Amino acid sequence: MSYAISVNGQIHHVEDDGQTPLLWVLRDTLKLTGTKYGCGVAQCGACTVHVDGTPTRSCTLPLEVAASARITTIESIEGVEAQAIRDAWVARDVPQCGFCQSGQIMSAVALLRTLKTPTDRDIDVAMSGNICRCATYNRIRAAIHDAAAQLGTAR
Amino acid sequence: MRWRRSPSEPRRGRLRIGRWLFATFAAMIAATLVYALYPRPMPQTQAIQIRQPLPDIARLRTVAEFAAIADLDQRSIALFEEAGRVIQHPRCMNCHPRTDRPTQTDAMRPHRPWVSRGPDGAGESALRCSTCHGATNFESSGVPGNPMWMLAPIEMAWQGKTLGEICRQLLDPARSHMSRKELLQHMSEDALVGWAWHPGGGRKPAPGTQAEFGAIIKAWLDTGGKCPA
Ligand code: FES
Ligand code: FES
Repeated sequence: MSYAISVNGQIHHVEDDGQTPLLWVLRDTLKLTGTKYGCGVAQCGACTVHVDGTPTRSCTLPLEVAASARITTIESIEGVEAQAIRDAWVARDVPQCGFCQSGQIMSAVALLRTLKTPTDRDIDVAMSGNICRCATYNRIRAAIHDAAAQLGTAR
Repeated sequence: MRWRRSPSEPRRGRLRIGRWLFATFAAMIAATLVYALYPRPMPQTQAIQIRQPLPDIARLRTVAEFAAIADLDQRSIALFEEAGRVIQHPRCMNCHPRTDRPTQTDAMRPHRPWVSRGPDGAGESALRCSTCHGATNFESSGVPGNPMWMLAPIEMAWQGKTLGEICRQLLDPARSHMSRKELLQHMSEDALVGWAWHPGGGRKPAPGTQAEFGAIIKAWLDTGGKCPA
């Protein structure tokens, strides 16, 4: 079946089975390979995208559902939170191998949009669905605090 | 050491034994050949027998099967115990945890990833259930779903309780937040409860059907809603 999906502000016409996971469509059809495939079963968070602004695992979102939403991927995440997260990520040199990082960043940006000054617990709760095989967790947490602080002074 | 037969020893007896031995050998070889070469049909493929069907544990007994219990209180308790096979099934228990975390699988292990009920039972504000759980089961990832996907309130925790304790809790509006009528409706019609019979992803459904379960709950309430000890 044919679906019109809105990804990063652009409408794409996709010819595929409605039960295809959005992640497959993003990577294989639209060639947006910034979003990673880690597990395919909602266990790792590498495939996190924003669906109408909410972080969602694209490996477990059927195309037919995604077609009625606005999808934002790592390729076009923007805004003050995204900028603050990027600066903090660079300053702290957060990634190691980097594979999990687009998912981490999508979750972290969503967290800062929900909670302006997250505590350690808030960060742990929000990020617990994002697994990092290189165990960069401590840097991720510190960088989120940095980004929150930067946003706080900017305001 | 002697190498030669002394001319005085007889040799005829030995020769006779040798001939016998040879004949016996020849007969055995002949018999083996006949056995090996005798034409016989090749083995044919055969359907192997289907595995013995398992006892039907998925069936829920019907209300009529309890009519034989004359004592009403006893019948009521027996009905609730039958309903307990659904209530205490992992498909139901997993979302009635005694902590803030749901459990998963038939083994009822803690939910992975780490999630918590949050203010409304549908997840923390920064990690909602809907991050992964959609409106329907998704076969590709095996992730189950329902539009109402959420945990039962902590006052309705079932894990770690006996069936009797669960029973008294259900009948206590302070904890169940339901009248008996609402309770019956919840059990027999609620779509999220109904998920337990259509869990998808290779998960084992709760016994019977939601309608049969609802009928058991109704019969239990009609017989006075008695609880096991
Ligand atoms: S690939 Fe989607 S959560 Fe792992
Ligand atoms: S940086 Fe390697 S998996 Fe996270």
